[in-house]
Formats: sequence, structure tokens, C-alpha cells
Amino acid sequence: MSDNPLKSHSDRRKQRIDDLAATAGDTARTDTVTTAGTVEEAPGVSLIASAWRRLRRNPVFIVGAVITLIFIILALISPWIAPHDPAAQPLLDKVRQGSNPVPGPEPGFPLGADPAGRDLLSRLLVGAQQTLYVGVVATVFGLVGGLTLGTLAGAFGGWVDSFVMRMVDVMLAIPSLLLAMSIAALAPRPSQMTLIIAIAIVQVPIFARLLRGSMLAVRGSDHVLAARALGVKRSAIVFRHILPNSLAPVIVQSTLVLATSIIDAAALSFLGLGNPDDRKPEWGQMLGASQHLIGDYPHLAFYPAACIIIVALGFTLMGESLREALDPKTRR
Amino acid sequence: MTETIENVNQQQSSTDALLSVRDLTVTFQRQGEQPFRAVDGVSFDVRPGQTVGLVGESGCGKSVTSLAIMGLLPHRGVTVEGEVLFQGTDLLKESNNQMRDRRGRDLGMIFQDPLSSLNPVVPIGIQVTEVLERHRGMSRKAATPVARDMLDKVGIPDPERRLKDYPHQLSGGMRQRALIAMALACQPRVLIADEPTTALDVTIQAQILALLRDLVQDTGTALVMITHDLGVVAGLCDSVNVLYAGKIVERGDRHPLFAAPRHPYTAGLLSSIPRLDAPRGERLTPIPGSVSDNLPWDHACAFAPRCPNALEVCREVRPELVDDGSRALRCHNPVEVNR
Repeated sequence: MSDNPLKSHSDRRKQRIDDLAATAGDTARTDTVTTAGTVEEAPGVSLIASAWRRLRRNPVFIVGAVITLIFIILALISPWIAPHDPAAQPLLDKVRQGSNPVPGPEPGFPLGADPAGRDLLSRLLVGAQQTLYVGVVATVFGLVGGLTLGTLAGAFGGWVDSFVMRMVDVMLAIPSLLLAMSIAALAPRPSQMTLIIAIAIVQVPIFARLLRGSMLAVRGSDHVLAARALGVKRSAIVFRHILPNSLAPVIVQSTLVLATSIIDAAALSFLGLGNPDDRKPEWGQMLGASQHLIGDYPHLAFYPAACIIIVALGFTLMGESLREALDPKTRR
Repeated sequence: MTETIENVNQQQSSTDALLSVRDLTVTFQRQGEQPFRAVDGVSFDVRPGQTVGLVGESGCGKSVTSLAIMGLLPHRGVTVEGEVLFQGTDLLKESNNQMRDRRGRDLGMIFQDPLSSLNPVVPIGIQVTEVLERHRGMSRKAATPVARDMLDKVGIPDPERRLKDYPHQLSGGMRQRALIAMALACQPRVLIADEPTTALDVTIQAQILALLRDLVQDTGTALVMITHDLGVVAGLCDSVNVLYAGKIVERGDRHPLFAAPRHPYTAGLLSSIPRLDAPRGERLTPIPGSVSDNLPWDHACAFAPRCPNALEVCREVRPELVDDGSRALRCHNPVEVNR
């Protein structure tokens, strides 16, 4: 079999799936030359492999990924690297006896202590863990709920679709933080779980809408028609042929949503709707506790606020560059 | 009416037909728009082991015909009339579930673009075994060797390894072979190939056509070949239906049709493709105009505005399909056969 026409052909196909519908008009582009080199090694380069090649050279992605990675590692190992127990009050005596209600930095306490005499650095580190936990668990819950609703709407269509999507539209019409606050305020006693549930519920409509739209697009694609031409059952069409091909935008979106859920969690904790137990520090809660001292001791608010901003920025940078790399419309 | 004569003629020949399409009419209706008749009274028969071609340019209703036979047209906004008889049963009257059972088991279909017609996230092997699991009730384990034999049969080298490959790891020709393997896994009696070679290189085209020809001969499958490529028709089809604007304008066996086209459209198609036996320097004659010039079939010949032979009557009276058993023609002023 002659190999060359075959390869240049698969090449053109590849280029086409890369560019997808966005550039369907100009399939006869001349930049097949650029991919020709790589195709020599393998008959094709998958979507993910080519996205990864672009991501590796994207400084925005690298910065975002490094921030995210450092945050996750610190959060995971914080109980072992924190110099002190975040709940212990080693400097309580100093607070009580001295004229200074907030002890400054001293040996063993690089950032000083809070008004209760607890080591600030340790509280920040362990707070990272709480923040990560709340953000990730809330996003996972939101993802599960959103995927369920989105699959229902995208698979059945018709009135099920209309019903689910109108509910989703109503939820999306309410500003997300306001909705989360209302849901969290419904709970008789604020706790970490009510905080997580409130944030998760706010995320459900985002994922549901995204997945449903992406499933609708895949439902009309050639390979679904081909599967239907083989008599494949509806359930198999949905779960084997439509759903797996619709997940990419949802996965990318979840990294972006992680950033908002961290910010939302901090905001709700700040407002006293999170975990009230301050022996388990959380950044938003630390921020809230420091507000009456912000005039005299701004560093108490500065450290947790900076942590929230940097972490949210990291997730956003990573999510945005991921989305760009996988979005056919921004491809070159 | 000539239509009824045509039906009587075909009823006689349809006794041994595996698939016979009778007066198939597909109308698309959108709210607030004029209904559009994509396929208009199309009738043809396919016998076991026979290859029937549906030829025509883009938008003439070829693909809609194939989707209507398969029952794959959407239900909303589409009206399908006529009959599609498979071994005597009218497929158009069957329920969605009955058709779903038939597709893949009795009727197979191959599509134009092999890459986009394969699920990108599922290995080839699973996509072939899926059909066997669905229609034969086999377990994945039992279906795997069958799938491997199937890949081997359609000429995929090293099928054991290819079972685990994803579509993007295969070349274009391999992908089309894999699609054929999926379509033929349950040995359907009727195979519809919708432009199976259009997306392939010329060398691969020839291989795929040879493969289809062998499969049809070996298994006695009835093949409906939908194409705009007269080269494909010349190489493969026993009988050819030429479609124009949703109606069959000429039908005949391959050799007489190519040797002496009677309809000006068929003649135009043939003279617009390059031939190796034509004298050097001879120009190709394109068909003037485009489909947008068409007249409605209601009281004219749709092809009249583009037709070199058009008479006054062509714009006033609809020509009917006159069928003498071996050849059918829908024309007021056919091309003279000077032989």
C-alpha cells in the first residue's frame, strides 16, 4: 500500500478536526506542512496531545499551574509543616500581659500571632487545606448535580429539556453569591457542610447548561448518526457516544469554577456563614475575624486576603489557558 | 398515468427484489416557509448481490433517500411518503423500536467521512463488538474474536492490535475499512453506501471499491451506492439511477447507459468528466447554470433552464418517467442515439 497519499490524507483530516466547525470553510489551508513533520512519527496526533504541546509553551498556563500546584501541595502537607498547632495559643500570655494585643513577628513566629495568641503562619497553612477542601468538594458536588441535570436535558430533549433548562435559567438569573448566601442562611446552624452545599448548588446550573449545550452539538455529529445507523440503543448512544465526547468543556470549566468557589467560600465565611469554629482556620473566616482590627493591624487581613487572591488567580489562569488550548475557535 | 405503468412494470420485476423503494417522497416543512420536496416519487429495486447506483449532483436528494430508507430522518418537520419494502415489509410503517432492531442487522450503512463517523473516544474494537452485542446478544468476550475476523476480512492488517486503536491512530483508508466492518458485522442483507469514497485518496478509493465489490459478490448483499462520482458508478454498479432535483430522470443498466445516455442531464454529466480515450486537447463540456435555476417539477421539467435540448413543451408540461423494463427516461426531447 502506498503510504504517502495516505498520510497526507489523514493529515488533512487531522487538521480538520483540529479546526473543527469554526474554520470548516477553509479546509484547503496551506499549513498542513507544519503538521507533516509530526505525522511522520505516528498516523495521527490526538486532540489532547496537540493541546498539551501548545500549553507547555504558554507562560500563562505555566504560572497558573505552578501557583495551583504549590497551593495544593502546601494544603496537603500543611499539618506536618505548620510550625505550631493552629488551635494552640502559645503567645496568649504575651497578649494578656503586654500592651500589644497582636504580637508581631518573633523567632519561631515569622508572621506573628493573632489576637488570641495563635501562630498566624500555621493558621494560614492549615487554612489552605480548609479552603482547598471546601472548594474541591463543592465543585465535585456541583459537577455531579450539573452533569445529572445536563445529561437529563441533553439526552431526552423535548419537555424534559425545557423543564430542566427553565429551572437552570431561573437559578442563573440570581447573582451567584446572593444565591449562595440565601441557601447558606437557610441552614439552622452554619457549618462547613452548609457552606459546601450552598456553593455546590450555585454551580449546578453552570455545569448543567454547559453540558446540555455541548451534548446538543455532539448529538448532531456524524458519528452519532453512524451509531444510530447501526441500531445502537438510545442509552448506549447517550452514555457511550454523546456524553464522553461532550465532557471536555465541562472539565475545563470546572477548573475555572474552582476559583470562584474558593472566593465564594471565603466570602461566605467572612460573612459568618461558614464554619463558626475558629480552631479550624479558614481564610475567609480569618479575614472576617480581623475586620475590627484592620485600622491598627492591617497585616492580619492582608495575609489571608493575599492568599485568596493568589490562589484564585492561579486557578483562573490555568483554567483560561486550558480552555483556550482546547477551544477550536482560538486555535491557530 | 405513466406512473402507474411504471409501477406495474416494477411490480413484475420486484418479486425477487430484496429492497424495493416505491414512490418515495420526502418533504421538509419549516414553520413559515414553503415546504421543500427533497425526494419526489423515487422508485427503484435492488436484488441480492446487485449494486444499484443513485447518481446526481449535490442537493438532488441522494442522501435524503438513503436516510429515509434507514429511518434516520428526524420526525419533526419531515414527511416521508411512499413505500420502502424490505423482503415485502414496508419499513416506513415500522415503529422506531422495530427500525432500531433492523438497523445494523438487516440494513447497514456506510458514510462519507470515515473520521467523523467514528466515535473518537472509543477504540475500534469496541465499536465493532458493540454492534454484535446489540444484535447478536453476544458478550463482549465472545464478540471480540468475531470483530477481529471482521477487521481481517475488510483488509485491516494486524487486526488483533488494531482492535485497541482509537480512530485517530488509523489512516483514512483504515478508518473507512473499520466503518465497513462495523456496518457488515451482523451481515445485513442491504448495505447503503453514501459516498463511501469521496473523502479518500484516489488510490484508496480503488481499494475500497474493490473491497465493496468482493463483499457484495461473496455475501449476496444488496448494495445501494450513492455517489456523484461517475467513475465509481462505472466501476461498481449493475444498474444506475440518475437523480435530478429529487426525481429519477434516467435509469438503465451500466453499459447501455454509459454508451448511449438518452437524458440530456446524463449526457451532460458524462461529457463533463475527463476520459482517457478522448482525443488530446478536447475540452470538457460543463453543464451550464446551477441547481438554483431549476423550475418546479409541478408543470415543467426542472432541468429545462440548463438543458441544451429544451423545447417550449419542457417549460410547460412535466415529463413522466417512461419505463420499458430495461431502461427508463423522463424527457420530452431526449438525446438522439446515432448508432
